[in-house]
Amino acid sequence: MPIYKVVKNAEEACLGISDGMTLMIGGFGLCGIPENSIAQLVKNGVKNLTCISNNAGVDDFGLGLLLQNRQIKKMISSYVGENAEFERQMLSGELEVELVPQGTLATRCMAAGYGMPVIYTPAGVGTEVAEGKEVRNFNGKDYLMEYAFDADYAIVKAWKGDTMGNLVFRATARNFNPLMAMAGKITIAEVEELVEPGELDPNMIHTPGIYVHRIFKGENYEKRIEQRTVRQ
Amino acid sequence: MALDKNGIAKRIAREVADGMYVNLGIGIPTLVANFIPEGMDVVLQSENGLLGMGPFPIEGEEDADLINAGKQTITTLPGSVFFDSAMSFGMIRARKVDLTILGAMEVSENGDIANWKIPGKMVKGMGGAMDLVASAKNIIVAMQHCDKAGNSKLMPACGLPLTGVKCVKKIVTDLAVLEVRDGAFHLLERAPGVSVEEIISKTSGKLIINGEIPEVSI
Repeated sequence: MPIYKVVKNAEEACLGISDGMTLMIGGFGLCGIPENSIAQLVKNGVKNLTCISNNAGVDDFGLGLLLQNRQIKKMISSYVGENAEFERQMLSGELEVELVPQGTLATRCMAAGYGMPVIYTPAGVGTEVAEGKEVRNFNGKDYLMEYAFDADYAIVKAWKGDTMGNLVFRATARNFNPLMAMAGKITIAEVEELVEPGELDPNMIHTPGIYVHRIFKGENYEKRIEQRTVRQ
Repeated sequence: MALDKNGIAKRIAREVADGMYVNLGIGIPTLVANFIPEGMDVVLQSENGLLGMGPFPIEGEEDADLINAGKQTITTLPGSVFFDSAMSFGMIRARKVDLTILGAMEVSENGDIANWKIPGKMVKGMGGAMDLVASAKNIIVAMQHCDKAGNSKLMPACGLPLTGVKCVKKIVTDLAVLEVRDGAFHLLERAPGVSVEEIISKTSGKLIINGEIPEVSI
């Protein structure tokens, strides 16, 4: 039996995601976010989600869509500044927020994908991020012990993928995606181009398909730009 | 005359040397890229996952998949390379990035920095700032000498929640260039026409002045 991870669409890909689960969602700002899967979660109406994602989208796009629908109980992010609804829910206490330094966030994803329970990082030593955490000194420098993330599902967006789940990312849309792809108990990948095995150069694959459980070709990517800047 | 934002950026650009890998924060630090001398080879790191950040694209060539850490559309250069966010902070943590330039709300005389949170105000998050300050080989802060109310931002101890401890090496403000070492600010240069007395009166942390203090030349 050939290994074949293709599912029909976002609906089939998101089967099994249920209330109270912890999800990793790839992307940096609106760059490289799994647009089709987020739309599907909005449609499904799953609630009380804990979302691990570097940012929280904007009011009407990205994870902002799930926030508007009150589907997120807790966000674990490094920077959440661009979203008025987020701010309202956070200040009113409806939404729990755990802020994590960006490198720590990325490396806690990586650790999960590498099968390591903890990492030690100097980020946050001597700050409120260190409160309640083990500090260890190695070679004269203090490090915080941080745990690998434990996510029920990871949802990522790749540029190209094959039917065995091998993934290639494009430009800075790579960001957290390959790390989260490695870290989910179940990993869903949506791709712009879905190809047959052998069509991707094995030298150029970023994420081996062993980490990916479901893959589908996404549709109608909007790829919204958050800060359009041009040369004068 | 105090330095304006471009003046601060211009002065900091003089700290950049040929062959350096540099991470520029948002705000005044971003302007430093405009003053790196022609012919000098400097590789800019963007912590979302790019080495070799180029200028903004020309209109019509914006690429939604190609942004910097401030989420602005950018371009690549010959030799640019993309990587994931763990590798990006890996090269920062492993001290491969030579120089980090960032803004601050407060810096203390022992080099602590506060730049991410004001209690009682909306907290947006630290992004990559805590990772950068905890590991950078060399950190230069670009900021105004005083806040809008006229209070010194160079203090005996930071009042705001810290981003990192004992990490800032140099500060360039609108009034002065200072080195931070041995638990004090050491005045190196003063902005054109700004007196040493004015800098003394606007620095609440321990300030050390040795001999004649030259004016900033930019």
